[in-house]
Amino acid sequence: MNTVAETRLTRPGSLEKNPRLSQWLRVHRDGTVSIYSGKVEIGQGILTALAQIAAEELGIAVERIRMVPADTAVSPDEGVTSGSLSIQDSGAALRRACAQARAVLLASAAARLAVSTRDVQVADGVVRAGGRSTSFWECADEALFDREIDDTAALRSPGDYRVVGKPTPRRDLPDKIAGQPRFIQDMALPGMLYGRIVRPPHNFAGLISLDDSKVKSMPGLAAIVRDGAFVGVLAEREDVAISVQRALRLAASWREADPPPRDVHAWLKEHAAEHRVISEKGNAGARSRATKTLEASFTKPYLSHASIGPSCAIARIDDGKLMVWSHSQGIFNLRRDLALALGMREDAVVVRHVEGAGCYGHNGADDAALDAALLARAAGGRPVQVQWMRDDEFAWAPCGPAMALNLRAALDAHGDIVDWEHELWSNGHSSRPGRGDSPALLAAWHLTSPHERPSAINMPLPAGAADRNAIPIYDFPNQRVVNHYVRAMPVRTSALRSLGAYANVFAIESFMDELAQAAGIDPIAFRLRHLKDPRGRAVMEAAARRAEWSRWKSTEGRGHGIGFARYKNMGAYCAAVAEVEVGRDVRVDRLILAVDVGLVINPDGVINQIEGGAIQSTSWTLKEQVKLGARGIASLGWEDYPILKFSEAPPVEVELASHPELPAVGAGEAAQGPTAAAIANAVAHALGLRVRDLPLTHERIAAAISQST
Amino acid sequence: MGERIQLTVNGALREIEASSDTPLLYALRNDLALKGTRFGCGSGQCGACFVLIDGHPTPACDTPLWSVADKDIVTVEGLGAGGALHPLQTAFVAEQAAQCGYCTSGILISAAALLAKNPRPTEREVREALDRNLCRCGSHNRVVRAVLRAAQE
Ligand code: FES
Ligand code: FES
Repeated sequence: MNTVAETRLTRPGSLEKNPRLSQWLRVHRDGTVSIYSGKVEIGQGILTALAQIAAEELGIAVERIRMVPADTAVSPDEGVTSGSLSIQDSGAALRRACAQARAVLLASAAARLAVSTRDVQVADGVVRAGGRSTSFWECADEALFDREIDDTAALRSPGDYRVVGKPTPRRDLPDKIAGQPRFIQDMALPGMLYGRIVRPPHNFAGLISLDDSKVKSMPGLAAIVRDGAFVGVLAEREDVAISVQRALRLAASWREADPPPRDVHAWLKEHAAEHRVISEKGNAGARSRATKTLEASFTKPYLSHASIGPSCAIARIDDGKLMVWSHSQGIFNLRRDLALALGMREDAVVVRHVEGAGCYGHNGADDAALDAALLARAAGGRPVQVQWMRDDEFAWAPCGPAMALNLRAALDAHGDIVDWEHELWSNGHSSRPGRGDSPALLAAWHLTSPHERPSAINMPLPAGAADRNAIPIYDFPNQRVVNHYVRAMPVRTSALRSLGAYANVFAIESFMDELAQAAGIDPIAFRLRHLKDPRGRAVMEAAARRAEWSRWKSTEGRGHGIGFARYKNMGAYCAAVAEVEVGRDVRVDRLILAVDVGLVINPDGVINQIEGGAIQSTSWTLKEQVKLGARGIASLGWEDYPILKFSEAPPVEVELASHPELPAVGAGEAAQGPTAAAIANAVAHALGLRVRDLPLTHERIAAAISQST
Repeated sequence: MGERIQLTVNGALREIEASSDTPLLYALRNDLALKGTRFGCGSGQCGACFVLIDGHPTPACDTPLWSVADKDIVTVEGLGAGGALHPLQTAFVAEQAAQCGYCTSGILISAAALLAKNPRPTEREVREALDRNLCRCGSHNRVVRAVLRAAQE
């Protein structure tokens, strides 16, 4: 037996913060069970996976589970839904909570039947002994769960799983496919006013003047709210709110802000505030064997989250209490910063999660919540819905940071890497609310008494942020990895799916191919000779097999490439093979991904996440970059920020490794880096020359060709 | 402001009070509480707000009320016959053809228009027919499979 102390060590963090059984579930007389999780549905299918886990440990049908939307008033605080951690955090906590709940319910049922728990049979919540029966539902009693989760209940062994590991349809999709109201954008509360924010779609240093004389008498206008440079409108009709917003934008004059740098990547390299060596390994003997040294620089542009549904929030202030409905990824953090920005006590604010469109990281969801709260102050107790317009979202939501990377490595005479150096320059990858002295919410920085805009930060390793996946997973005798943190932010940045891993893996895996070529060794064989990790080797071999890598026939303009990583160096393994055709533009013909996420909770859910991640990464890699102009972000609509279309999306094949005995890890961010690298390597293979600056557009390729001739 | 406007939506004649310049999107969502048609860009570039107007997939965000007074408007809620799901919707559920689902209504509209005029499309024709609909989650391949599946049934 493990000691208690040991079990405690591996206890999920969510349980430490929320130790009472009653915080996690409630059993109802009608034969259903409400599950409370602090994690939120963002289109990744988490509620379905968590329902599976709960049903499994309770030993009941998954249809009996009701997932309660996260709400600061009733849900456990599980921080932010991010970093592919929900299965690890919430799943592991629910597993223990539900196992104990089952034990408690069984004991209560046995007592009711006046038998020992050893003598009962139980199926789907019905408990039988000696011809008599009762059920979990009959035993349901609030007081039963009013106790600490003590980790004494036995967890079901993965070999006996009946619900976990089976493809399970997503619980939220039937509504969404039927066109039923489901999103925060669809909520309509009685008496609700429609709000819009009058922000210029560009940077500004202040509001000089606002002439509202032309719009003041518009029928249906309820209020124009101004606090410093924050301006919003409230109207009885949504179309009126939009008309007034447009008119006021034209009638406002803004003080210009400093323009962003022209060459962002050069600027980043000149403005690092901190330099941290995050990995260093030395072996002079190995280094002295170096016979050939290669060097290369890579860049990644600012990327937009570019949700299809712009940010939205609803707020109501009633009797000094603020109620907010938001598609935030972190409702507790949002509550804290709302209180900070509004000068309210945290316990006077409730934030409830309502689903929004896919967000892929920290977009404008939290900002819209403060916007709505500020307008609600002028709404006389009526609820207010704020909907950002398309250009609000592009101009004001944080971007995924631009990055610059320099790599250098040395090979010995046998083609082994004997020295490795990786330097990266980047802004911080998180400016989420709830972490600093000043609210990380846009409107707070524009008020009459403005709060200071906090700089984006990096979470520490091992997960890391800008330096996520910067430490190579390969075994090199010498290595040095340096993270140059840039504090000043020409463009507001925050978390975008996979954070720094996308650029780091793109650079490392591109460079591995350059080194393989210099060594005259097949790229996959070259990687395998530097990789000991058996699970990593297995996914790479699986992808190569499925792609029939060694049987590739080269034809003019076509190429294939590999990319590999273990997300955060401790999460999901993913190897990608891309097959491309390079004409005027790059076309990806086929993507093959082999993935190992340990225990698979919902195979179809994992495959859906990997497919989606691979296609999104294809879009980033081939097409996407936020354009900058003199007034900041100049990509304000889909015409300036094209994303992958249906006719451009490649077929994606996913191979899933099965490891029921290993802990489950998230799949949502595993594919991005490897896919980018696989495409870049395939393009280099097709062209015989390498493009190191993302995205791999026609212009970039043409420039690379002209440089090489 | 405040004219009475008649619209034929999902086969029923409806009357609302709004300015005739109002984009159809807001009349559907707010006056008629048909929330399945979604706002994405407001300028005809993303497909989230597509509805069928006399059978053509059309951005409701870009369509003023005055232009559809005598037209037949079908929203995602009215795709199926008699309140049942359209075969496309059944196929989308079977293929789990969405992630966040925000783009789904508009895609269903484009796909329904395609199948109405080309009941047995090739994969390529499906992709081309959906090129005006953006999906950010990367559900493209599942969506295409679902449309092909619906065409087979
Ligand atoms: S909202 Fe109408 S096309 Fe985008
Ligand atoms: S499923 Fe999210 S945008 Fe398409």
